Amino acid sequence: MTHKSAITLTINNRDHAIAVEPRRTLVDAIREDCGQTGTHIGCEHGICGACTVIIDNEPVRSCLMFAVQAEGKKIRTVEGLADGETLHVMQQAFMDHHGLQCGFCTPGFLMLAVGVLEREPDISDDDLLDVLSSNLCRCTGYQNIIKAVRAAAQKMRK
Amino acid sequence: MKPAPFVRHVPRTLDEALGLLSQLAGQEGRILAGGQSLVPIMAFRLAKPAHLIDINEVAGLDRLESDGKALSIGARVRHGAFHKLAVDNPLGALLTFVARHIAHYPIRMRGTFCGSLAHADPASEWCLTAATLDATMVAKSSRGTREIAARDFFEGIMSTALAEDELLAEVRLPLLAPDAKFGFNEFSRRAGDFAMASSLVTYRIVGGKMTDTRVGVGGAEAAPRRITEAEATLNGQTPNDAAFREAARVASDALDPLEDHQTNAEYRRDLVRAVVRRALENSLP
Repeated sequence: MTHKSAITLTINNRDHAIAVEPRRTLVDAIREDCGQTGTHIGCEHGICGACTVIIDNEPVRSCLMFAVQAEGKKIRTVEGLADGETLHVMQQAFMDHHGLQCGFCTPGFLMLAVGVLEREPDISDDDLLDVLSSNLCRCTGYQNIIKAVRAAAQKMRK
Repeated sequence: MKPAPFVRHVPRTLDEALGLLSQLAGQEGRILAGGQSLVPIMAFRLAKPAHLIDINEVAGLDRLESDGKALSIGARVRHGAFHKLAVDNPLGALLTFVARHIAHYPIRMRGTFCGSLAHADPASEWCLTAATLDATMVAKSSRGTREIAARDFFEGIMSTALAEDELLAEVRLPLLAPDAKFGFNEFSRRAGDFAMASSLVTYRIVGGKMTDTRVGVGGAEAAPRRITEAEATLNGQTPNDAAFREAARVASDALDPLEDHQTNAEYRRDLVRAVVRRALENSLP
C-alpha cells in the first residue's frame, strides 16, 4: 500500500533520484526529498498559490500534483530564476517596487508571473491583474506586486 | 493535511483504463485526471480512494475537434485549451469567455473539462455550459459506450448518471448558429472562487426578434439547468432592458434555490435575477 517508487525529478535541469509513495505531493518531494526549499507550502489544497512552479512551461500548483506524475517533466522552481549573481528581471522588479515584505508568497508569485509571461508575453495589464489574483499575499496589499510584474513584463517583452 | 495512501495505476490505452476501472471501481478506485478538485478533497481526507487510475498518460484523450456539427472534447482536454478559440464558431468565443472565470490560471493548466462535469459541482462553469447547450456525454466502460443527454446527466450536488465503472470519455457540445449571440455572468465573493450564482444565455436575432433562446442557471440549485419559462418570455421579443428584467424575474421565481450558512433562498433568488439580467446585457455588442 505504501510502497515507494524510485523516480527521477528534473528540477532546474538537475536530476534528483528519489523514492516516494504515490501520495507524496510534488511540493513535498521538491522540498523534502530534493532539498529545494525555495518553493513554499501554504494551504496544501490549491488556494494560496505559494507552491506554484513551472512544469513543461506551464505554471501549476505543486500541491495539487503527485510527485510520481512529474517524472520526465521539466520542473522549474525559484532557485532556477537567477543567472549566477544576476537576478531574473522579475526578481529585480520585486526588489525595485517593494513587491514583498515577509517573502513567504514571493516564490509562488515569481513563478506564476514568469510562467504566464513566457507563454503570453503580450498579455494585457487587465489580464495580468486577473492572473495575479491566483495567489495570496498577506503583507503587500498586492499593489506593489502588480507594479513589479507590469514593470517586469515590459522588460521581458523587449 | 496529506492524502491517505493509495495505489496508482497508469494505463496507456483507453481499454486498459476501462479494464482497471471495472476491476477497481468496487474497491474505492477513482479516476485521476487534472486532480484540481480530487486532490484537495484527498488532502482534507474527505476522499480516501484506495486506487487512483491516472488517465494523464492515456493516448488520444486530449482530442479537441469539430466535425462541423459539434465540438468533441476528450477526457484530458484541460480548461487552458479554451484560452484560445477551440473552433471557428461562436461556440469557440463562448468557451473562451467562460473559461476565464474558472478558478485561476494555474488551475486551468491542469483541470479538465470532462473532469469538471464528472465532479458535478453545482457552481461549475462547465456544468452550466453543458446544461445550457444540451451537451451529449459519452460514457465508456468495459461493457460498452452510451450517450447521456445533459438534462439526464446531472442528478444533484456532485452526483451524475455515470455508473461506478464508467469513464466520461468525451463530451460533445453542439455548434451554435453562425449568427448566435451569447452572454455569461457569475457572482462570487472573491475572484476565482466558487460562483454563488451564474447564468449563460444564447440566442439569435431574426427579423429583429430574439429566437432559439437558451437561458441556463448554475450555482443556485443542486444542478445547473435551462430555465424554459425564462426562455419563453424572451423568444419573439426585441432585445431590450424591460424584456431582460422580466426574463430574469421569471428565472428567479422558477428556481428551487440552494440554501447554506451564507445564503438563504431569498438572497440566492436576488443573485439569480442579477446574473441572468447581466448575462443578457453582456450578450449585446
